[in-house]
Amino acid sequence: MSRPELQAPPEIYYGDIEAKKYTKNTRNQQIQADMTYRALELLNLPPDEPAFLLDIGCGSGLSGEILTEEGFIWAGVDIAPSMLEVALEREVEGDLFLQDIGQGFGFRPGSFDGAISISVLQWLLNAETSHPTSSPPHRLSRFFTTLHSALRNPSRAVFQFYPSSDDQIQLITSCALKAGFGGGLVVDYPNSNKAKKVFLCLFVGGGGQQVPKGLESEVEDDARARFERRRERVRSKDKSGKRKHMKDKDWILQKKELYRKRGKEGVPNDSKFTGRRRRPAF
Amino acid sequence: MVRLITHNLLSCHAKGCTTNNFPLQFKDAEIEHREADFNPEFIRGLLPKIEWKALVDTAKELGDTSLPYEQPEMMDDELLKTLHHVLLEMHVEEGQMICPNCNHVYPISNGIPNMLLAEHEIA
Repeated sequence: MSRPELQAPPEIYYGDIEAKKYTKNTRNQQIQADMTYRALELLNLPPDEPAFLLDIGCGSGLSGEILTEEGFIWAGVDIAPSMLEVALEREVEGDLFLQDIGQGFGFRPGSFDGAISISVLQWLLNAETSHPTSSPPHRLSRFFTTLHSALRNPSRAVFQFYPSSDDQIQLITSCALKAGFGGGLVVDYPNSNKAKKVFLCLFVGGGGQQVPKGLESEVEDDARARFERRRERVRSKDKSGKRKHMKDKDWILQKKELYRKRGKEGVPNDSKFTGRRRRPAF
Repeated sequence: MVRLITHNLLSCHAKGCTTNNFPLQFKDAEIEHREADFNPEFIRGLLPKIEWKALVDTAKELGDTSLPYEQPEMMDDELLKTLHHVLLEMHVEEGQMICPNCNHVYPISNGIPNMLLAEHEIA
């Protein structure tokens, strides 16, 4: 199935039915929660200080609930009325706005201590009408400029989004930098197709802030492909003339390492029993 | 759920409306009071961001005159509690917000203000 942002504009795609479906889906809830926690981690707010956050594209308030749990006061904006209706039904704590982020914000300078946005930016990349204010670069720059002024100095804004090409990343980051933000892209689990998550981590006010590192278990030490003699190894027979068992300890360790690198959960620990044969049944 | 905390941070964002666009005027506002947890630290942190005059005027417009006209230098618990009530517990559920400069009307329904602009109003 093609991506939702290619099917219809957000306020239409997230109609009554889709909004309910999206909010009830436990897998969605889990993913949203994980990404919200990670975004908060990247936001790097001073601990034990109550902050006022902006949730951009708050939808039905899945991420807002986590913000409330963590003790933040927040305001949320979204363009889909059906999603906001679900949010009202769920009685979320934050103030909600029906707003098109591509039209820019009207918040006064320095209003917020930080901003998060989960799975939203990709929706800004489609032009809905041929009017000049509807072109993606125009909407992105308007969005980033007004957001930049609405944030406190120093503070951060973290966006999780699903880019479909490098060009999109390029466009988004260049618009953000032009608006005065510093920072860049943080990619979690780049080796995995499934667990890979892209965060845009933007800073207001420099002050020697460093772009945080993406999550990753281990880094390849040399990029060069090595000659592995795999076939020879497989073909080689042990002294008794039998073919060697292929799925030996090395193979298992290698597989487990690969899964860890991809960020898969529940990979068993390595021990001295790994890959050992069980005793014969009789 | 337009509370005065967000109202105090909100100005008009229509095209060309850059001066005298704050604060937005309430009209036909229906208010509801809802209890919220009192957090003195948060209120203290918020104070530098608040436009005092706009806050007092708007509160008066909505029928709450518990705040002094001049921002007091010292913040005691009593005042913080009043601020907490005005900022976080008064919810405007229905009504309109009108820009004092360009007269753009932002309707509020079910507590959610509609901030969408028409095509010719987008900057």
